[in-house]
Amino acid sequence: MILTLLDFQILAAALFSLGLYGVLARRSAVMVLMAVELMLNAVNINLVAFSAFRPIPVVTGQVIAIFVITVAAAEVALALAVIMRLYRRRGTVNVDEINLMKG
Amino acid sequence: MGLVLFYILGTITIVAALGVVTTRNIVYGALFLLVSLSGVAGLFVVLFAEFLALVQLLIYGGAIIIVILFALMLTRETDFSTATEHRRWPFAALVSLALFGLLAGSAIGDSGKYNTYTRTGFGIEDLGVGLFENWAVPFEVASIILLVALIGAIVIGRSGDDEDNADKTGERGEQ
Repeated sequence: MILTLLDFQILAAALFSLGLYGVLARRSAVMVLMAVELMLNAVNINLVAFSAFRPIPVVTGQVIAIFVITVAAAEVALALAVIMRLYRRRGTVNVDEINLMKG
Repeated sequence: MGLVLFYILGTITIVAALGVVTTRNIVYGALFLLVSLSGVAGLFVVLFAEFLALVQLLIYGGAIIIVILFALMLTRETDFSTATEHRRWPFAALVSLALFGLLAGSAIGDSGKYNTYTRTGFGIEDLGVGLFENWAVPFEVASIILLVALIGAIVIGRSGDDEDNADKTGERGEQ
C-alpha cells in the first residue's frame, strides 16, 4: 500500500465539502469567513499534490499555492474590516439579518 | 511512513474542520480552525513542500487566526445560539454531500492515469527560481494586492463620523 494522488484528492474533496457546508449553514459572518478559509486550504492541498505526483516535479502548483495564501490573507483583512464596520452600524453579524438590498 | 503520517494528519484535519462547522461556541471554532490549518501544514510536509508548510504556519497560524480572534472579540454575539446553524441546515448538508460525491467520484474515475506516479520533491532553490523568473509579474501584482488590501482595510475599518448617531436598534426595527 503506497500513498497515491487519489488519497490527497479525496481528502481535499472532503475538506472542500465541509467548507461549503459551513458557508451555507452558519449564520455568523465570521464563521462563514472561517469556512471559506477551509475551502481555500482544500484547493491548496490539491495544488501541491498535483505538483508533487509527477514523473518530473514542477514548481507551478506550489507557486500558485503561495499566491492563494497571499490573496487569502488580503481577503481576510478586508472582510474583517467590513464585518466590524457592519457590527458597529447594525449591531449584528448575522448574515440572515443583513438584507438592506432586498427588493 | 508517509502513509501513516498522511492518515494521522488527514484525520486531525477533517475532524477539526468538522468541529469548525458544527461547534456552537465561535471561539472554539476559531481554535478548531487553527488545528485544522496546522494539519494541512503537516500534509504539505508529507508532500515535500516544506517551505509552504512554514508559510502556512506563519500566515494562517500566526496572522489570520489572530485577526479572526480579534474580530470575534470585537463583534461578540451575546447569544451563541443565533450564530449557529441556519434552520435549513439539512439542505446545506445535502448539497455538500452531493459535491463530495461528485468530486470523489470524478477523482476515482480518473485515478487509473495518475496512480502509477509516486510523490517527488524539489529543492527550495527551484521554487525561488520559478517564483522570480516565470512568475515575476504575478508576484509583483500580488504585492500590489497586499498594499491595496492594507489601505482598504484601514479606510473601511476606521470609525467614521456617521457611526456615532447610527441608530443600531432603529434600523433593525424597521426591517
